[in-house]
Amino acid sequence: MLSVRELSMRFGGLLAVNGVSLDVNEREIISVIGPNGAGKTTVFNCISGFYKPTAGEVKFQGKAIQGMPDFKISRLGMVRTFQHVRLFNSMTVIENLLVAQHRHVNTNLLSGLLKTPSFRKKESEAMERAAYWLKKVDLLSVANREAGNLAYGQQRRLEIARCMVTEPSLLMLDEPAAGLNPKETRDLDELIVSLKHDYNVSVLLIEHDMGLVMGISDRIYVVSQGTPLAQGSPDDIKANPDVIKAYLGEE
Amino acid sequence: MLEVTLYFVQQLINGITIGSTYALIAIGYTMVYGIIGMINFAHGEVYMIGTYIAFMAITGLSMLGIEFLPIVFAVALISSMLVSSTFGLAIERVAYRPLRGGNRLIPLISAIGMSFFLQNYVRISQGARDIAMPSVVTGGWNFGPEHGFQASISYMQIIIFIATFISMTALTLFISRSRLGRACRATAQDLKMAGLLGINTNNVIAATFVIGAALAAVAGTLLGMYYGVANAYIGFLAGLKAFTAAVLGGIGSLPGAMLGGLILGISESMTAAYFSTEYKDVVSFGLLVLILLFKPTGILGKPEVEKI
Amino acid sequence: MRNNLSSALFAAGVTFILSFPLMGLQLTTEGVNLIVATSPAATFGYIAAGVLAVFFVQLFKEQILAQLGKAKPRPGTISNFLPTDATRAKLIKPGVLLIILGALMWPFIMERGATDLATLVLIYVMLGLGLNIVVGLAGLLDLGYVAFYAVGAYTYALLAQDFGWSFWACLPLGGLLAALFGFLLGFPVLRLRGDYLAIVTLGFGEIIRILLNNLTDLTGGPNGIGGIPKPTLPAIQTDPEFSVVGLEFTRRASEGNVPFHEFFGMSYDPASKVVFLYLLALLLVFLTLFVIRRLIRMPVGRAWEALREDEIACRSLGLNRTAIKLSAFTMGAAFAGFAGCFFAARQGFINPESFVFKESVIILAIVVLGGMGSQIGVILAAILITILPELAREFQEYRELMFGLMMVVMMIWSPQGLLPMKRPHIELKQE
Repeated sequence: MLSVRELSMRFGGLLAVNGVSLDVNEREIISVIGPNGAGKTTVFNCISGFYKPTAGEVKFQGKAIQGMPDFKISRLGMVRTFQHVRLFNSMTVIENLLVAQHRHVNTNLLSGLLKTPSFRKKESEAMERAAYWLKKVDLLSVANREAGNLAYGQQRRLEIARCMVTEPSLLMLDEPAAGLNPKETRDLDELIVSLKHDYNVSVLLIEHDMGLVMGISDRIYVVSQGTPLAQGSPDDIKANPDVIKAYLGEE
Repeated sequence: MLEVTLYFVQQLINGITIGSTYALIAIGYTMVYGIIGMINFAHGEVYMIGTYIAFMAITGLSMLGIEFLPIVFAVALISSMLVSSTFGLAIERVAYRPLRGGNRLIPLISAIGMSFFLQNYVRISQGARDIAMPSVVTGGWNFGPEHGFQASISYMQIIIFIATFISMTALTLFISRSRLGRACRATAQDLKMAGLLGINTNNVIAATFVIGAALAAVAGTLLGMYYGVANAYIGFLAGLKAFTAAVLGGIGSLPGAMLGGLILGISESMTAAYFSTEYKDVVSFGLLVLILLFKPTGILGKPEVEKI
Repeated sequence: MRNNLSSALFAAGVTFILSFPLMGLQLTTEGVNLIVATSPAATFGYIAAGVLAVFFVQLFKEQILAQLGKAKPRPGTISNFLPTDATRAKLIKPGVLLIILGALMWPFIMERGATDLATLVLIYVMLGLGLNIVVGLAGLLDLGYVAFYAVGAYTYALLAQDFGWSFWACLPLGGLLAALFGFLLGFPVLRLRGDYLAIVTLGFGEIIRILLNNLTDLTGGPNGIGGIPKPTLPAIQTDPEFSVVGLEFTRRASEGNVPFHEFFGMSYDPASKVVFLYLLALLLVFLTLFVIRRLIRMPVGRAWEALREDEIACRSLGLNRTAIKLSAFTMGAAFAGFAGCFFAARQGFINPESFVFKESVIILAIVVLGGMGSQIGVILAAILITILPELAREFQEYRELMFGLMMVVMMIWSPQGLLPMKRPHIELKQE
């Protein structure tokens, strides 16, 4: 469903991403790994439209999307989280989820001012979807708290729930396990797998937690210094001498 | 034909005169922006206070019977720079430092409040009426045909060019050579990192406010003597113009501020001469809007990469 | 101690330089000459007292802070002293009812001057609520808000003057036209970063003012437009035939209208005009409140706030930031247009002086003081800022000085304002 070909991104004199290609198929969990500063997040930013790639092609659902505005790409069903959690901090948890459903609710001004039946119906549907996902990520009890006051792990889960209420087909997670404790990481592991199995969502993942990556990925891409280094199943990657070298340095 | 050319040259001279003072004020915006990424909204008031202090110094000296020009200039410049810098320091300390790192809107609002406060401080303490001061420097050179239109360049204008040139050179040398200048550049690159490396970033930020204010005071002194009129509200327009100059040249860039000031000054005096005086402000605001829309980085500015 | 002494000396020196030249000396004209005069001796006393105070406070900073720390647990907003959420919820309905009732009764229990002042307050409430959408909710600093106010005012003034249009026809038009201006301005500039946006809107406000001053043929230039008709009360007439007439609150009505007192067979009371204007303003404020209250609980209102909180996250969720900003900007402008239209009708005379940058700052001060996003806060702030200078005449001179100071202090002490916005509590169905 997502195919990236020969993606390159240049900032001034720095070639941050150089010829990266990757594919994500329906109901797949794909990980992108690599040392810090390898350009993984830049790849994410290029795919999701926050950066305009210098060269290369990004196709989503068969449609070329490179250079499209970010919000339009998101509306095609590709949503993402961020390395540093980005919530609407002074809004409540439930409001965060309602904002995310902007596209699905009734945005007609007049019907909202008059609270027409169709407006009420759409609002209550949005509310139910929000409640459903809050329950799924175990945040129902804090639904009316301000998002900025949640514990870090809760904020991470809220960010994923906020993506899921938009009913995406591809979810992109940028280091979702960063800063989580082992128990929370295990829960995250389960959640991601469940997204794939129960909701038919593909997941593209940047992650440093190798336990998580090796456990749930269908395929893995390794990027080092902006260039693709290796790809394959978790077992292939574990056995790949180049990858070991990139991670551990040369003996 | 000669007349038309001379008229044009005259406008050019006038434009460069105002433009150089805009450039001096613009430095303050550009330096502060370069380091903390915020607009010092109260900067125009610092310029206005500089004008007032210079007027006081010049008037005071003339009451004492001292009219020897070098002394008059030295005392006017030094006293206005001292007072304005102190105001620059106070603005940073009160309206910016406590608010660093939060929502960008908040320091901007506090700076607007500060600007409003200073304007009214001067209005109440010095009165709302225009203050007119007789010219200290008179005369100039005329050139052109004896009978007919003569272009002129006054001695005051020449002094403005020279003073601007000296200030700019001094600042450039200071930034590139001195220890504090180096610290300024480092802080502009990366505030957090500079702090970790042992640079007292608080002092560096305060220093940029002070330096900017001192240059605004130079502009206030010169322009005050050039026009001979001041009131508590002149800072608003001058500040807005200088900000336009800074943005036009590329905010954060010192040569940009100079270039932007000159372009703005010249286009203003051309508008006033060939179109209408009333609309010269509209032209500069219009220019500001157009630059921000089509090239927000200005002529010499570097593009910013959005951090995600 | 040594360290404290030098910093205390420095602070005292700074205070001296900030206060002495401008307060102690005065540029005045004597005959034809400009001279430097010294202020009265008392002023020097104040300066000396101020310098000494700063010196000693700096010197004993730690001790004072320690004392203060003991006295007060922690500084906070007024909401710390307000009743808890639960009691507040119980109090809110009767409280609101009481306020509405009081507002309705006001013109009948107070004298004419107080009613007139209250009308002015209501105009500022409307402006504050409108700007609150842009600044408080959407987080866009608009420093040219007064331009939209001017558009509304001139719309009515010009249409009434040149075409004899009535207030009721111009009111929606004024709002619409202001919204259109907001839209046209917003379209290109809303891509800009926050502080650039502030400056561009400021420039726009100034351009409008300069145009109003110089397009003399159209706007009357600095002389403005006078003789703007007061609003009429539409009424149904059955005699001589069934028709709608405008009731005027004057002794004799102009062509085609009927005086209010004649229509109801009462004797003429000059105060009735003031009362009517007040009630009209009140109606407009209620309408504004109602609309904005609904907007906040609608997708568009939530999107405004989300945008203020995190623009990048908004984009990643498929929200079109330009469209959302534009809607806030346009909506805010529309309310300024309504307010302007009413202002022109109330004053009967307008000129560019009413639409200067200072006015924008005052409206901003109302939003800032009231608490960005909070409706009740904005209302209270509008009352405070308009009434205070009227209560004490001596205060008038220092009014703007205080506004400036207040904005700085509020930003440092409590950027959320006196009454921070309350988040709506949403009850979810628990399966």
